[in-house]
Amino acid sequence: SLAMELPPSHFPAARAAAVAVGYLRYLRGGPGRGLELREVRRARRQDIDDVGHKYYLELELEDVLDKDRTVNCTAEVLYHLGSKSSAPDVQVTVQGELRSTEEADKEFYNRIRSLEKELVAENIPDSHGNVPPELEPIHLLAWVASGYVIWQNSTENTKFHLAQVKHVKQVKRSDEDLQFDYVLLLHEMVSQEVLPWEVAVLWHPRRGARVSRCHGPGAGN
Amino acid sequence: LQVDLWQPSSPLHIAEGTAADVRVPRNATRSLLPYLRQANIQYTILISDLQQAIENQTGGRSHRNRRSLSGYNYEVYHSLEEIEDWMHYLNRTYSDLVHMFSVGKSYEGRPLYVLKLGKRSRPYKKAVWIDCGIHAREWIGPAFCQWFMKEALETYQTDPAMRKMLTQLYFYIMPVFNVDGYHFSWTNDRFWRKTRSKNMRFHCHGVDANRNWKVKWCDEGASLHPCDDTYCGPFPESEPEVKAVAHFLRKHRKQIKAYLSFHAYAQMLLYPYSYKYATIPNFNCVESAAYNAVNALQSAYGVRYRYGPASSTLYVSSGSSMDWAYKNGIPYAFAFELRDTGHFGFLLPETLIKPTCTETMLAVKNITLHLLKKCH
Repeated sequence: SLAMELPPSHFPAARAAAVAVGYLRYLRGGPGRGLELREVRRARRQDIDDVGHKYYLELELEDVLDKDRTVNCTAEVLYHLGSKSSAPDVQVTVQGELRSTEEADKEFYNRIRSLEKELVAENIPDSHGNVPPELEPIHLLAWVASGYVIWQNSTENTKFHLAQVKHVKQVKRSDEDLQFDYVLLLHEMVSQEVLPWEVAVLWHPRRGARVSRCHGPGAGN
Repeated sequence: LQVDLWQPSSPLHIAEGTAADVRVPRNATRSLLPYLRQANIQYTILISDLQQAIENQTGGRSHRNRRSLSGYNYEVYHSLEEIEDWMHYLNRTYSDLVHMFSVGKSYEGRPLYVLKLGKRSRPYKKAVWIDCGIHAREWIGPAFCQWFMKEALETYQTDPAMRKMLTQLYFYIMPVFNVDGYHFSWTNDRFWRKTRSKNMRFHCHGVDANRNWKVKWCDEGASLHPCDDTYCGPFPESEPEVKAVAHFLRKHRKQIKAYLSFHAYAQMLLYPYSYKYATIPNFNCVESAAYNAVNALQSAYGVRYRYGPASSTLYVSSGSSMDWAYKNGIPYAFAFELRDTGHFGFLLPETLIKPTCTETMLAVKNITLHLLKKCH
Protein backbone atom coordinates (compact mmCIF):
# COMPACT_ATOMS: atom_id res chain seq x y z
CA SER A 1 0.00 0.00 0.00
CA LEU A 2 1.01 3.63 -0.34
CA ALA A 3 2.76 5.58 2.37
CA MET A 4 0.43 8.05 4.11
CA GLU A 5 1.53 11.38 5.50
CA LEU A 6 1.63 11.64 9.29
CA PRO A 7 1.46 14.80 11.41
CA PRO A 8 5.02 15.25 12.68
CA SER A 9 3.74 16.58 16.02
CA HIS A 10 1.77 13.43 16.84
CA PHE A 11 3.14 10.56 18.83
CA PRO A 12 3.45 7.83 16.15
CA ALA A 13 6.06 9.86 14.28
CA ALA A 14 7.76 10.84 17.56
CA ARG A 15 8.07 7.20 18.63
CA ALA A 16 9.56 6.09 15.34
CA ALA A 17 11.95 9.04 15.46
CA ALA A 18 13.14 8.00 18.91
CA VAL A 19 14.03 4.56 17.55
CA ALA A 20 15.93 6.07 14.63
CA VAL A 21 17.84 8.43 16.92
CA GLY A 22 18.66 5.56 19.31
CA TYR A 23 20.03 3.54 16.42
CA LEU A 24 22.04 6.50 15.15
CA ARG A 25 23.47 7.15 18.61
CA TYR A 26 24.64 3.57 18.76
CA LEU A 27 26.29 3.78 15.36
CA ARG A 28 27.78 7.25 15.44
CA GLY A 29 27.77 8.35 19.08
CA GLY A 30 30.78 8.23 21.38
CA PRO A 31 32.38 9.87 24.40
CA GLY A 32 32.84 12.98 22.27
CA ARG A 33 29.55 13.02 20.40
CA GLY A 34 25.94 13.03 21.62
CA LEU A 35 23.18 13.40 19.04
CA GLU A 36 19.82 14.83 20.05
CA LEU A 37 16.57 15.08 18.13
CA ARG A 38 15.48 18.67 17.58
CA GLU A 39 12.48 18.17 15.39
CA VAL A 40 10.61 15.74 13.19
CA ARG A 41 10.30 17.58 9.88
CA ARG A 42 8.26 15.04 8.00
CA ALA A 43 6.85 11.57 8.59
CA ARG A 44 5.06 8.98 6.47
CA ARG A 45 3.83 5.49 7.27
CA GLN A 46 3.40 2.51 5.04
CA ASP A 47 1.51 -0.62 6.09
CA ILE A 48 3.13 -3.61 4.37
CA ASP A 49 0.96 -6.73 4.32
CA ASP A 50 2.39 -9.66 6.27
CA VAL A 51 5.49 -7.64 7.11
CA GLY A 52 4.72 -4.69 9.35
CA HIS A 53 4.60 -0.89 9.52
CA LYS A 54 7.33 1.16 7.90
CA TYR A 55 7.98 4.77 8.82
CA TYR A 56 9.79 7.24 6.57
CA LEU A 57 11.23 10.16 8.50
CA GLU A 58 13.00 13.42 7.87
CA LEU A 59 14.71 14.52 11.07
CA GLU A 60 16.57 17.54 12.33
CA LEU A 61 19.21 16.72 14.93
CA GLU A 62 21.99 18.45 16.78
CA ASP A 63 25.28 17.46 18.35
CA VAL A 64 25.03 18.45 22.01
CA LEU A 65 28.67 19.56 21.92
CA ASP A 66 28.10 21.66 18.78
CA LYS A 67 24.59 23.00 19.21
CA ASP A 68 24.79 25.79 16.67
CA ARG A 69 25.04 23.34 13.83
CA THR A 70 22.06 21.49 12.36
CA VAL A 71 22.36 17.84 11.40
CA ASN A 72 19.76 16.68 8.90
CA CYS A 73 19.02 13.05 8.30
CA THR A 74 16.50 10.70 6.77
CA ALA A 75 15.48 7.44 8.37
CA GLU A 76 13.40 4.34 7.78
CA VAL A 77 12.02 2.37 10.69
CA LEU A 78 10.27 -0.95 10.06
CA TYR A 79 8.37 -2.42 12.99
CA HIS A 80 7.83 -6.12 12.34
CA LEU A 81 4.31 -7.42 12.47
CA GLY A 82 3.16 -8.85 15.77
CA SER A 83 6.60 -9.82 16.99
CA LYS A 84 7.74 -8.70 20.41
CA SER A 85 11.11 -10.37 20.17
CA SER A 86 12.41 -8.83 17.00
CA ALA A 87 14.03 -5.42 16.93
CA PRO A 88 12.82 -2.90 14.34
CA ASP A 89 14.86 -2.63 11.16
CA VAL A 90 16.40 0.81 10.98
CA GLN A 91 18.29 2.69 8.31
CA VAL A 92 19.63 6.19 8.83
CA THR A 93 21.37 8.49 6.37
CA VAL A 94 23.09 11.58 7.73
CA GLN A 95 23.40 14.48 5.32
CA GLY A 96 26.83 16.03 5.35
CA GLU A 97 29.66 15.37 7.76
CA LEU A 98 29.45 15.09 11.50
CA ARG A 99 31.95 17.13 13.49
CA SER A 100 35.15 15.15 14.00
CA THR A 101 35.78 13.81 17.50
CA GLU A 102 39.22 12.35 16.81
CA GLU A 103 41.09 14.54 19.28
CA ALA A 104 38.54 14.29 22.07
CA ASP A 105 38.34 10.52 21.58
CA LYS A 106 42.11 10.13 21.79
CA GLU A 107 42.28 12.28 24.89
CA PHE A 108 39.52 10.29 26.58
CA TYR A 109 41.10 6.99 25.58
CA ASN A 110 44.51 7.96 26.95
CA ARG A 111 43.03 9.40 30.13
CA ILE A 112 41.12 6.20 30.93
CA ARG A 113 44.02 3.94 29.98
CA SER A 114 46.31 5.82 32.33
CA LEU A 115 44.01 5.53 35.35
CA GLU A 116 45.58 3.54 38.15
CA LYS A 117 42.27 2.28 39.44
CA GLU A 118 39.32 1.29 37.29
CA LEU A 119 36.79 4.09 36.94
CA VAL A 120 33.63 3.71 39.01
CA ALA A 121 30.80 6.22 39.16
CA GLU A 122 27.11 6.40 39.88
CA ASN A 123 24.03 8.58 39.50
CA ILE A 124 24.86 10.48 36.35
CA PRO A 125 23.24 12.99 36.36
CA ASP A 126 22.60 13.25 40.11
CA SER A 127 19.18 14.03 41.58
CA HIS A 128 19.59 17.72 40.83
CA GLY A 129 20.72 17.22 37.23
CA ASN A 130 24.44 17.75 37.76
CA VAL A 131 27.10 15.94 35.72
CA PRO A 132 30.72 16.56 36.77
CA PRO A 133 32.58 17.72 33.64
CA GLU A 134 35.11 14.88 33.81
CA LEU A 135 32.24 12.38 33.65
CA GLU A 136 30.57 13.91 30.62
CA PRO A 137 32.28 11.49 28.16
CA ILE A 138 31.12 8.56 30.31
CA HIS A 139 27.64 10.07 30.19
CA LEU A 140 27.77 10.35 26.39
CA LEU A 141 29.02 6.77 26.08
CA ALA A 142 26.01 5.73 28.17
CA TRP A 143 23.88 7.44 25.51
CA VAL A 144 25.48 5.17 22.94
CA ALA A 145 24.68 2.11 25.05
CA SER A 146 21.11 3.29 25.67
CA GLY A 147 20.73 3.84 21.93
CA TYR A 148 21.33 0.15 21.41
CA VAL A 149 18.83 -0.83 24.11
CA ILE A 150 16.21 1.56 22.72
CA TRP A 151 16.67 0.29 19.18
CA GLN A 152 16.46 -3.33 20.23
CA ASN A 153 13.43 -2.99 22.52
CA SER A 154 11.12 -0.46 20.89
CA THR A 155 7.68 -1.11 19.46
CA GLU A 156 5.04 1.26 18.10
CA ASN A 157 3.66 1.35 21.66
CA THR A 158 6.81 2.42 23.47
CA LYS A 159 9.04 5.47 23.70
CA PHE A 160 12.26 5.09 25.65
CA HIS A 161 14.66 7.66 27.05
CA LEU A 162 17.77 7.29 29.18
CA ALA A 163 16.72 8.50 32.64
CA GLN A 164 20.00 8.11 34.48
CA VAL A 165 23.26 6.18 34.59
CA LYS A 166 22.69 4.36 37.87
CA HIS A 167 26.15 2.83 37.96
CA VAL A 168 29.19 2.45 35.73
CA LYS A 169 32.26 0.35 36.30
CA GLN A 170 35.28 0.16 34.06
CA VAL A 171 36.57 -3.35 33.38
CA LYS A 172 40.26 -3.52 32.51
CA ARG A 173 40.97 -5.54 29.38
CA SER A 174 44.07 -7.13 27.95
CA ASP A 175 43.25 -5.95 24.40
CA GLU A 176 43.02 -2.36 23.19
CA ASP A 177 39.32 -1.80 23.85
CA LEU A 178 37.92 0.09 26.81
CA GLN A 179 35.11 -1.75 28.56
CA PHE A 180 32.44 -0.14 30.72
CA ASP A 181 29.72 -2.10 32.47
CA TYR A 182 26.71 0.15 32.87
CA VAL A 183 23.50 -0.09 34.82
CA LEU A 184 21.20 2.24 32.90
CA LEU A 185 17.79 3.40 34.03
CA LEU A 186 15.47 3.74 31.07
CA HIS A 187 12.21 5.64 31.22
CA GLU A 188 9.41 4.29 29.04
CA MET A 189 6.87 7.05 28.29
CA VAL A 190 3.71 5.02 27.69
CA SER A 191 3.89 2.76 30.74
CA GLN A 192 5.83 5.42 32.66
CA GLU A 193 8.09 2.74 34.09
CA VAL A 194 11.74 3.46 34.95
CA LEU A 195 13.60 0.17 34.69
CA PRO A 196 17.23 -0.95 34.90
CA TRP A 197 19.25 -2.42 32.08
CA GLU A 198 22.72 -3.90 32.47
CA VAL A 199 24.83 -3.12 29.42
CA ALA A 200 28.49 -3.90 28.78
CA VAL A 201 30.03 -1.56 26.20
CA LEU A 202 33.33 -1.91 24.39
CA TRP A 203 34.82 1.21 22.85
CA HIS A 204 37.86 2.09 20.81
CA PRO A 205 38.72 5.49 19.22
CA ARG A 206 38.91 4.07 15.71
CA ARG A 207 36.46 1.19 15.95
CA GLY A 208 33.73 2.95 17.86
CA ALA A 209 31.31 1.33 20.32
CA ARG A 210 29.88 -2.18 20.51
CA VAL A 211 27.47 -3.59 23.05
CA SER A 212 28.90 -6.92 24.14
CA ARG A 213 26.27 -7.86 26.70
CA CYS A 214 22.79 -6.55 27.46
CA HIS A 215 20.38 -7.71 30.13
CA GLY A 216 17.04 -6.10 30.82
CA PRO A 217 14.45 -6.50 33.56
CA GLY A 218 12.69 -9.82 33.05
CA ALA A 219 13.91 -11.17 29.72
CA GLY A 220 17.48 -10.60 28.55
CA ASN A 221 18.50 -9.22 25.17
CA LEU B 1 48.69 21.32 67.64
CA GLN B 2 48.02 23.70 64.77
CA VAL B 3 46.71 27.23 65.12
CA ASP B 4 45.26 29.64 62.57
CA LEU B 5 47.34 32.80 62.88
CA TRP B 6 45.20 35.95 62.58
CA GLN B 7 47.78 38.41 63.82
CA PRO B 8 50.59 39.11 62.91
CA SER B 9 50.41 38.18 59.23
CA SER B 10 53.37 35.83 59.40
CA PRO B 11 54.99 33.66 62.09
CA LEU B 12 58.26 35.50 61.32
CA HIS B 13 56.82 38.61 62.99
CA ILE B 14 55.98 36.89 66.27
CA ALA B 15 58.30 38.32 68.90
CA GLU B 16 58.55 38.73 72.65
CA GLY B 17 56.53 41.61 73.94
CA THR B 18 54.11 41.68 70.99
CA ALA B 19 50.60 40.27 70.77
CA ALA B 20 49.65 37.30 68.62
CA ASP B 21 46.04 36.41 67.82
CA VAL B 22 45.23 32.82 66.96
CA ARG B 23 42.09 30.85 66.19
CA VAL B 24 41.72 27.23 67.20
CA PRO B 25 38.87 24.74 67.10
CA ARG B 26 36.96 24.61 70.38
CA ASN B 27 38.30 21.23 71.44
CA ALA B 28 41.91 22.38 70.89
CA THR B 29 41.62 24.84 73.79
CA ARG B 30 42.01 21.87 76.14
CA SER B 31 45.62 21.48 75.05
CA LEU B 32 46.44 25.07 74.04
CA LEU B 33 45.54 26.91 77.26
CA PRO B 34 47.49 24.67 79.66
CA TYR B 35 50.43 24.91 77.27
CA LEU B 36 50.32 28.73 77.32
CA ARG B 37 50.05 28.73 81.13
CA GLN B 38 52.99 26.40 81.40
CA ALA B 39 55.02 28.62 79.09
CA ASN B 40 54.02 31.65 81.17
CA ILE B 41 52.37 33.32 78.15
CA GLN B 42 49.51 35.61 79.10
CA TYR B 43 46.35 35.17 77.11
CA THR B 44 42.86 36.64 76.77
CA ILE B 45 39.95 34.98 75.00
CA LEU B 46 38.63 37.60 72.56
CA ILE B 47 35.93 35.52 70.89
CA SER B 48 34.70 32.43 72.69
CA ASP B 49 32.29 31.28 69.91
CA LEU B 50 33.33 32.36 66.44
CA GLN B 51 30.39 30.71 64.67
CA GLN B 52 27.91 32.66 66.76
CA ALA B 53 29.78 35.91 66.15
CA ILE B 54 29.59 35.37 62.39
CA GLU B 55 25.89 34.56 62.50
CA ASN B 56 25.16 37.62 64.57
CA GLN B 57 26.94 39.70 61.97
CA THR B 58 25.00 38.35 58.98
CA GLY B 59 21.71 38.97 60.73
CA GLY B 60 20.40 35.55 61.65
CA ARG B 61 20.58 32.04 60.22
CA SER B 62 21.92 30.76 56.96
CA HIS B 63 20.97 32.23 53.61
CA ARG B 64 18.33 29.65 52.95
CA ASN B 65 16.45 30.39 56.14
CA ARG B 66 16.32 34.13 55.74
CA ARG B 67 12.74 35.23 55.66
CA SER B 68 12.75 37.47 52.63
CA LEU B 69 11.44 37.01 49.13
CA SER B 70 14.82 37.98 47.75
CA GLY B 71 16.51 35.55 50.14
CA TYR B 72 14.66 32.46 48.91
CA ASN B 73 16.47 30.81 46.07
CA TYR B 74 14.06 30.13 43.24
CA GLU B 75 16.78 28.54 41.10
CA VAL B 76 17.26 25.43 43.19
CA TYR B 77 14.96 22.53 43.97
CA HIS B 78 13.41 22.70 47.42
CA SER B 79 12.37 19.96 49.78
CA LEU B 80 8.77 19.69 50.91
CA GLU B 81 9.62 21.22 54.30
CA GLU B 82 11.29 24.20 52.65
CA ILE B 83 8.32 24.74 50.35
CA GLU B 84 5.89 24.64 53.26
CA ASP B 85 7.99 27.14 55.23
CA TRP B 86 8.06 29.36 52.16
CA MET B 87 4.26 29.22 51.82
CA HIS B 88 3.84 30.18 55.47
CA TYR B 89 6.22 33.05 54.92
CA LEU B 90 4.30 34.40 51.92
CA ASN B 91 1.04 34.02 53.83
CA ARG B 92 2.38 36.15 56.69
CA THR B 93 4.22 38.73 54.63
CA TYR B 94 1.81 39.35 51.75
CA SER B 95 -1.47 38.99 53.58
CA ASP B 96 -3.17 41.52 51.31
CA LEU B 97 -2.53 39.32 48.27
CA VAL B 98 -1.92 35.79 49.55
CA HIS B 99 -4.10 33.49 51.60
CA MET B 100 -2.86 30.02 52.46
CA PHE B 101 -5.34 27.28 53.23
CA SER B 102 -5.58 23.50 53.18
CA VAL B 103 -7.99 21.41 51.11
CA GLY B 104 -7.39 18.24 53.09
CA LYS B 105 -4.75 15.73 54.15
CA SER B 106 -2.56 13.35 52.19
CA TYR B 107 -2.49 9.58 52.71
CA GLU B 108 0.41 9.97 55.14
CA GLY B 109 -1.34 12.79 56.97
CA ARG B 110 0.36 15.82 55.46
CA PRO B 111 -1.66 18.99 54.88
CA LEU B 112 -2.56 19.78 51.26
CA TYR B 113 -1.79 23.47 51.02
CA VAL B 114 -3.13 25.87 48.39
CA LEU B 115 -2.28 29.55 48.01
CA LYS B 116 -5.06 31.91 46.98
CA LEU B 117 -3.46 34.82 45.15
CA GLY B 118 -5.06 38.08 44.03
CA LYS B 119 -6.23 41.50 45.09
CA ARG B 120 -9.38 41.62 47.11
CA SER B 121 -10.74 44.16 44.64
CA ARG B 122 -14.30 42.92 44.33
CA PRO B 123 -16.50 40.37 46.08
CA TYR B 124 -16.78 37.98 43.16
CA LYS B 125 -13.90 37.29 40.79
CA LYS B 126 -13.27 34.49 38.32
CA ALA B 127 -10.36 32.23 39.12
CA VAL B 128 -7.56 30.17 37.61
CA TRP B 129 -6.45 26.90 39.22
CA ILE B 130 -2.78 25.88 38.92
CA ASP B 131 -1.30 22.67 40.33
CA CYS B 132 2.23 21.32 40.19
CA GLY B 133 3.76 18.02 41.22
CA ILE B 134 0.92 15.57 40.62
CA HIS B 135 3.77 13.22 39.75
CA ALA B 136 6.47 13.15 42.39
CA ARG B 137 9.59 12.94 40.21
CA GLU B 138 8.68 15.94 38.05
CA TRP B 139 10.53 18.43 40.21
CA ILE B 140 10.48 21.28 37.69
CA GLY B 141 6.71 21.46 38.27
CA PRO B 142 6.80 22.64 41.91
CA ALA B 143 9.77 24.84 40.97
CA PHE B 144 7.54 26.58 38.45
CA CYS B 145 4.68 27.06 40.90
CA GLN B 146 7.09 28.76 43.28
CA TRP B 147 8.47 30.87 40.45
CA PHE B 148 4.97 31.94 39.46
CA MET B 149 4.25 33.20 42.99
CA LYS B 150 7.52 35.10 43.07
CA GLU B 151 6.88 36.74 39.71
CA ALA B 152 3.34 37.68 40.66
CA LEU B 153 4.34 39.26 43.97
CA GLU B 154 7.42 40.99 42.60
CA THR B 155 5.90 42.47 39.46
CA TYR B 156 2.20 43.14 40.08
CA GLN B 157 2.90 46.78 40.88
CA THR B 158 5.19 47.45 37.94
CA ASP B 159 3.84 45.14 35.23
CA PRO B 160 0.41 46.20 33.87
CA ALA B 161 -0.36 42.66 32.66
CA MET B 162 0.31 41.10 36.07
CA ARG B 163 -1.58 43.88 37.82
CA LYS B 164 -4.56 43.25 35.56
CA MET B 165 -4.35 39.51 36.24
CA LEU B 166 -4.26 39.88 40.03
CA THR B 167 -6.94 42.55 40.04
CA GLN B 168 -9.45 40.79 37.83
CA LEU B 169 -8.80 37.19 38.87
CA TYR B 170 -7.92 34.96 41.75
CA PHE B 171 -5.28 32.29 41.32
CA TYR B 172 -5.40 29.09 43.32
CA ILE B 173 -1.86 27.71 43.32
CA MET B 174 -1.06 24.25 44.65
CA PRO B 175 2.75 24.08 44.60
CA VAL B 176 2.93 20.38 45.51
CA PHE B 177 -0.10 18.21 44.79
CA ASN B 178 1.44 14.84 45.62
CA VAL B 179 3.18 15.73 48.88
CA ASP B 180 3.84 12.16 50.04
CA GLY B 181 5.30 11.15 46.69
CA TYR B 182 7.40 14.30 46.44
CA HIS B 183 8.86 13.69 49.88
CA PHE B 184 9.56 10.08 48.91
CA SER B 185 11.38 11.19 45.76
CA TRP B 186 13.70 13.26 47.94
CA THR B 187 14.38 10.61 50.57
CA ASN B 188 14.09 7.24 48.86
CA ASP B 189 13.55 7.01 45.13
CA ARG B 190 14.24 9.92 42.82
CA PHE B 191 12.09 8.31 40.10
CA TRP B 192 8.97 7.73 42.20
CA ARG B 193 5.81 8.88 40.39
CA LYS B 194 2.70 7.80 42.24
CA THR B 195 1.15 8.57 45.62
CA ARG B 196 2.21 6.50 48.64
CA SER B 197 -1.02 4.75 49.55
CA LYS B 198 -0.58 1.16 50.70
CA ASN B 199 -2.10 -1.68 48.75
CA MET B 200 -3.80 -4.47 50.66
CA ARG B 201 -3.01 -7.42 48.41
CA PHE B 202 0.30 -6.54 46.81
CA HIS B 203 3.53 -5.22 48.25
CA CYS B 204 3.40 -2.19 45.99
CA HIS B 205 2.57 1.34 46.99
CA GLY B 206 0.84 4.18 45.30
CA VAL B 207 -1.65 5.18 42.68
CA ASP B 208 -1.04 7.33 39.60
CA ALA B 209 -2.72 10.55 40.72
CA ASN B 210 -3.34 11.44 37.09
CA ARG B 211 -5.32 8.25 36.39
CA ASN B 212 -7.49 8.40 39.48
CA TRP B 213 -10.07 11.00 38.42
CA LYS B 214 -13.67 10.16 37.66
CA VAL B 215 -13.68 10.53 33.88
CA LYS B 216 -13.71 7.31 31.82
CA TRP B 217 -11.80 5.94 34.80
CA CYS B 218 -9.35 3.07 34.14
CA ASP B 219 -10.10 2.67 30.49
CA GLU B 220 -7.28 2.84 27.95
CA GLY B 221 -3.90 4.15 29.01
CA ALA B 222 -4.20 3.20 32.67
CA SER B 223 -3.42 -0.01 34.50
CA LEU B 224 -5.41 -2.10 36.96
CA HIS B 225 -2.26 -3.57 38.43
CA PRO B 226 -1.21 -1.94 41.72
CA CYS B 227 2.50 -2.35 40.95
CA ASP B 228 2.31 -0.42 37.68
CA ASP B 229 3.26 3.22 37.40
CA THR B 230 -0.07 4.09 35.71
CA TYR B 231 -2.19 2.24 38.28
CA CYS B 232 -5.61 3.88 38.32
CA GLY B 233 -6.37 2.91 41.90
CA PRO B 234 -9.09 0.64 43.36
CA PHE B 235 -11.82 3.19 42.44
CA PRO B 236 -12.03 6.82 41.24
CA GLU B 237 -10.92 9.42 43.80
CA SER B 238 -9.54 6.65 46.02
CA GLU B 239 -6.55 8.87 46.71
CA PRO B 240 -7.24 11.49 49.41
CA GLU B 241 -5.22 14.04 47.47
CA VAL B 242 -7.35 13.58 44.36
CA LYS B 243 -10.56 13.52 46.38
CA ALA B 244 -9.67 16.71 48.24
CA VAL B 245 -8.83 18.69 45.12
CA ALA B 246 -11.81 17.31 43.20
CA HIS B 247 -14.06 18.38 46.07
CA PHE B 248 -12.59 21.89 46.02
CA LEU B 249 -12.87 22.24 42.24
CA ARG B 250 -16.45 20.94 42.27
CA LYS B 251 -17.36 23.48 44.95
CA HIS B 252 -15.83 26.33 42.94
CA ARG B 253 -16.74 25.11 39.46
CA LYS B 254 -18.70 28.28 38.63
CA GLN B 255 -15.80 30.48 39.61
CA ILE B 256 -12.88 28.61 38.03
CA LYS B 257 -12.43 29.36 34.35
CA ALA B 258 -9.06 27.73 33.70
CA TYR B 259 -7.32 24.61 34.99
CA LEU B 260 -3.55 24.38 34.46
CA SER B 261 -1.56 21.34 35.56
CA PHE B 262 2.23 21.25 35.36
CA HIS B 263 4.15 18.09 34.52
CA ALA B 264 7.44 17.09 32.91
CA TYR B 265 8.93 16.17 30.52
CA ALA B 266 8.14 16.49 26.81
CA GLN B 267 7.83 20.20 25.99
CA MET B 268 4.15 20.13 25.17
CA LEU B 269 1.01 22.11 25.85
CA LEU B 270 -1.91 19.69 25.91
CA TYR B 271 -5.65 20.08 26.04
CA PRO B 272 -8.53 17.55 26.14
CA TYR B 273 -9.26 14.87 25.41
CA SER B 274 -6.73 12.40 26.77
CA TYR B 275 -9.15 9.49 26.94
CA LYS B 276 -10.38 9.59 23.34
CA TYR B 277 -9.61 10.89 19.88
CA ALA B 278 -12.24 13.59 19.47
CA THR B 279 -12.51 17.35 19.11
CA ILE B 280 -13.73 19.38 22.07
CA PRO B 281 -16.76 21.66 21.52
CA ASN B 282 -14.81 24.88 22.13
CA PHE B 283 -11.88 23.74 20.02
CA ASN B 284 -11.43 27.06 18.24
CA CYS B 285 -10.97 29.04 21.46
CA VAL B 286 -8.74 26.47 23.14
CA GLU B 287 -6.60 25.77 20.09
CA SER B 288 -5.94 29.44 19.44
CA ALA B 289 -5.12 29.98 23.11
CA ALA B 290 -2.62 27.10 22.92
CA TYR B 291 -1.12 28.37 19.67
CA ASN B 292 -0.58 31.85 21.09
CA ALA B 293 0.78 30.50 24.37
CA VAL B 294 3.33 28.30 22.62
CA ASN B 295 4.46 31.20 20.47
CA ALA B 296 4.81 33.42 23.52
CA LEU B 297 6.85 30.70 25.20
CA GLN B 298 9.10 30.33 22.19
CA SER B 299 9.76 34.07 22.11
CA ALA B 300 11.91 33.80 25.23
CA TYR B 301 14.67 31.41 24.13
CA GLY B 302 13.45 29.83 20.91
CA VAL B 303 12.36 26.62 22.64
CA ARG B 304 9.70 24.80 20.65
CA TYR B 305 6.73 23.19 22.33
CA ARG B 306 4.33 20.88 20.51
CA TYR B 307 0.66 21.42 21.25
CA GLY B 308 -2.62 19.67 20.64
CA PRO B 309 -5.08 17.23 22.15
CA ALA B 310 -3.31 14.96 24.62
CA SER B 311 -4.57 11.74 23.04
CA SER B 312 -2.89 12.32 19.69
CA THR B 313 0.06 14.45 20.80
CA LEU B 314 1.30 12.41 23.77
CA TYR B 315 -0.74 9.25 24.34
CA VAL B 316 -4.19 8.04 25.24
CA SER B 317 -4.81 8.00 28.97
CA SER B 318 -7.95 7.86 31.08
CA GLY B 319 -8.82 9.32 34.46
CA SER B 320 -6.68 12.44 34.06
CA SER B 321 -7.24 15.64 36.04
CA MET B 322 -7.33 17.73 32.87
CA ASP B 323 -10.16 15.71 31.30
CA TRP B 324 -12.04 15.74 34.60
CA ALA B 325 -11.70 19.50 34.98
CA TYR B 326 -12.98 19.99 31.46
CA LYS B 327 -15.91 17.62 32.00
CA ASN B 328 -16.67 19.55 35.17
CA GLY B 329 -17.31 22.68 33.16
CA ILE B 330 -13.94 24.44 33.22
CA PRO B 331 -13.65 25.75 29.64
CA TYR B 332 -9.83 25.97 29.51
CA ALA B 333 -8.13 22.85 30.80
CA PHE B 334 -4.45 22.47 29.99
CA ALA B 335 -1.61 20.20 30.95
CA PHE B 336 1.91 21.48 30.45
CA GLU B 337 4.77 19.06 29.94
CA LEU B 338 7.77 21.25 30.72
CA ARG B 339 11.43 20.91 29.63
CA ASP B 340 13.17 18.97 28.32
CA THR B 341 12.58 16.33 25.63
CA GLY B 342 14.66 13.55 27.16
CA HIS B 343 18.25 14.66 27.40
CA PHE B 344 17.99 15.21 31.16
CA GLY B 345 14.37 14.16 31.44
CA PHE B 346 13.27 14.22 35.05
CA LEU B 347 16.75 15.25 36.17
CA LEU B 348 16.59 18.78 34.76
CA PRO B 349 19.62 20.71 36.08
CA GLU B 350 18.99 23.60 38.45
CA THR B 351 20.70 25.91 35.99
CA LEU B 352 17.75 25.35 33.65
CA ILE B 353 15.09 26.26 36.23
CA LYS B 354 15.26 29.97 35.43
CA PRO B 355 14.94 29.74 31.62
CA THR B 356 12.26 27.06 31.86
CA CYS B 357 10.21 29.10 34.31
CA THR B 358 10.77 32.37 32.47
CA GLU B 359 9.45 31.03 29.18
CA THR B 360 6.59 29.18 30.87
CA MET B 361 5.49 32.39 32.62
CA LEU B 362 4.95 33.95 29.20
CA ALA B 363 2.69 31.07 28.20
CA VAL B 364 0.69 31.20 31.43
CA LYS B 365 0.25 34.98 31.26
CA ASN B 366 -0.79 34.64 27.64
CA ILE B 367 -3.45 32.04 28.46
CA THR B 368 -4.70 34.12 31.38
CA LEU B 369 -5.05 37.28 29.31
CA HIS B 370 -6.77 35.24 26.59
CA LEU B 371 -9.18 34.05 29.22
CA LEU B 372 -10.11 37.59 30.18
CA LYS B 373 -11.32 38.24 26.65
CA LYS B 374 -14.60 36.80 25.44
CA CYS B 375 -13.95 33.39 23.94
CA HIS B 376 -15.11 30.35 25.82
